[in-house]
Amino acid sequence: MNSERSLSLRAAALSLLILVVLLGAWHLATAPSGTATASTADDEYAKLMGKAASSAAKTDGLPTLAQMADTTVKHLSAPFYDNGPNDKGIGIQLGHSLLRVGAGYLLAALVAIPVGFMIGMSPLLYRALNPFIQVLKPISPLAWMPIALYTIKDSSASGIFVIFICSIWPMLINTAFGVASVRRDWLNVARTLEVGPMRRAFEVILPAAAPTILTGMRISMGIAWLVIVAAEMLVGGTGVGYFVWNEWNNLSLTNVIFAIGLIGVVGMLLDMAFAGLQQYVTWKE
Amino acid sequence: MTVKDAFLRVEGLAKRFPSSKGELTVFDKVDFGIAKGEFVCIIGHSGCGKTTILNVLAGLEQPTSGFVFMDGREVSGPGLERGVVFQGHALMPWMTVLANVSFAVRSRWPSWNRAKVDAQSRRFIELVGLSGAEHKKPSELSGGMKQRVGIARAFAIEPKMLLLDEPFGALDALTRGVIQDELLKICAETHQTVFMITHDVDEAILLADRILLMSNGPNARIAEVVRNTLPRDRTRLTIHHDPQFYKIRNHLVDFLVHRSKLIQQGGVDTAAGASGGPLEVSPGLEPDAPDPAPTVPAPRLHAVR
Repeated sequence: MNSERSLSLRAAALSLLILVVLLGAWHLATAPSGTATASTADDEYAKLMGKAASSAAKTDGLPTLAQMADTTVKHLSAPFYDNGPNDKGIGIQLGHSLLRVGAGYLLAALVAIPVGFMIGMSPLLYRALNPFIQVLKPISPLAWMPIALYTIKDSSASGIFVIFICSIWPMLINTAFGVASVRRDWLNVARTLEVGPMRRAFEVILPAAAPTILTGMRISMGIAWLVIVAAEMLVGGTGVGYFVWNEWNNLSLTNVIFAIGLIGVVGMLLDMAFAGLQQYVTWKE
Repeated sequence: MTVKDAFLRVEGLAKRFPSSKGELTVFDKVDFGIAKGEFVCIIGHSGCGKTTILNVLAGLEQPTSGFVFMDGREVSGPGLERGVVFQGHALMPWMTVLANVSFAVRSRWPSWNRAKVDAQSRRFIELVGLSGAEHKKPSELSGGMKQRVGIARAFAIEPKMLLLDEPFGALDALTRGVIQDELLKICAETHQTVFMITHDVDEAILLADRILLMSNGPNARIAEVVRNTLPRDRTRLTIHHDPQFYKIRNHLVDFLVHRSKLIQQGGVDTAAGASGGPLEVSPGLEPDAPDPAPTVPAPRLHAVR
């Protein structure tokens, strides 16, 4: 236990060191080259950013660490403002993305888990549906976008559809695999006890397959979060993906970098939530 | 007792598989009966189809031909009137001990309320000596304790008959002895009818009223039925002081070492008993029985699956 703790402590110290080195490298790479003279516009910008006019601030190219910190504070202190279609707080953008991911993912789970259950229980269905799954699975979800836009005629709903189509496969395949590989012994126990089909599905097969199903759900969530950014760049309007694209058009790399960091952190939190859920349903022999 | 009026009746059971060299007969012409309250063990080398016979009795497997009748009704599928203790305990690892047992109890009596299910489950958990471990998961239990939960689960539904597939095969000798004693005690209390597979000659003599001896497979059959002539109040601690014990034991070991193979090769004909089933013998009590050979440690046959 003690050595376990000391290991975590040392790992944390090393992580911190790596962070400092990376930030240091960033700082050195973007540090102003002393000879540049600050223009009045720069002074005004610097004042706007709450900095002393004397400090050399640069506005083009990659931001300095200080600028980055300012931007982060600015975004996080007012996440929910709404000044029209092209100027919304980052919290609102993030909310739109999460809603789309949530809706598409939920729909996918509602389809994938029952269908996976049936496929896992029936070798006939498994073989019959396998060719379709194998062909549809490797298609990039964004390739569906034109079809979605044409048929659904709504950009936001098309985003949801793209999330749906990309998160369905890992859940479907893992559910089918988990259900198909439930230990024969447990099914025999249920048979000798004359357990009905509903009780068998919910009290034997579901808990037995739950760890595998959750693994599929976790993979799906990871993919959905990867895809939403790309989808929103394409359809535009709202969401973190649109935010990134919009800020690129504004040539604000600071905002782009901030959004990248945010996407990473939210993705990690989503993954951690599923890891916790997975821990909860995992049984050991 | 004749096969005709037995509680459990097995008639002309056979199992064949298609193979590259035509049809492979695992066993055929298997006939036997079990009386109510009787404890019957079946012994034979691996591959003679013992587990298949048990699975047919449980209704989990279909024979190629033959019938099984229990209490006058044909057995055609799995059912609650037959409790099964599986070889690998088959506990659900996500359920606690109590949940595993009450899963069976709820299946048996779906209309019972929670308190009643709980009481019945706890009664049988206590019977196998696991009080206090109700809320543990199987992963927190030793091999012997897991097997006891399996026994409690099978007993808790109060089946008309209990089927045990080599339940103590994976246990160490000490644990095995303790659980054998418990099983003997519970069976005496509940007058349970039991059919059990074992590889252990001593275990069979301790537990069984009659022992079915199977010849080697393929083409296995029940070659002989050995009546256990030891008093029923025998215990594990004193059984080896009875000279009769060695007569039975030598008979069984002789069968497993020599005769089981000879019968398979057709060298020895199995004489049919009076009722049409296999010959029933009582080693040591028969006039022409030879003196028992010097006792040798019985080889423990290991299951190879």
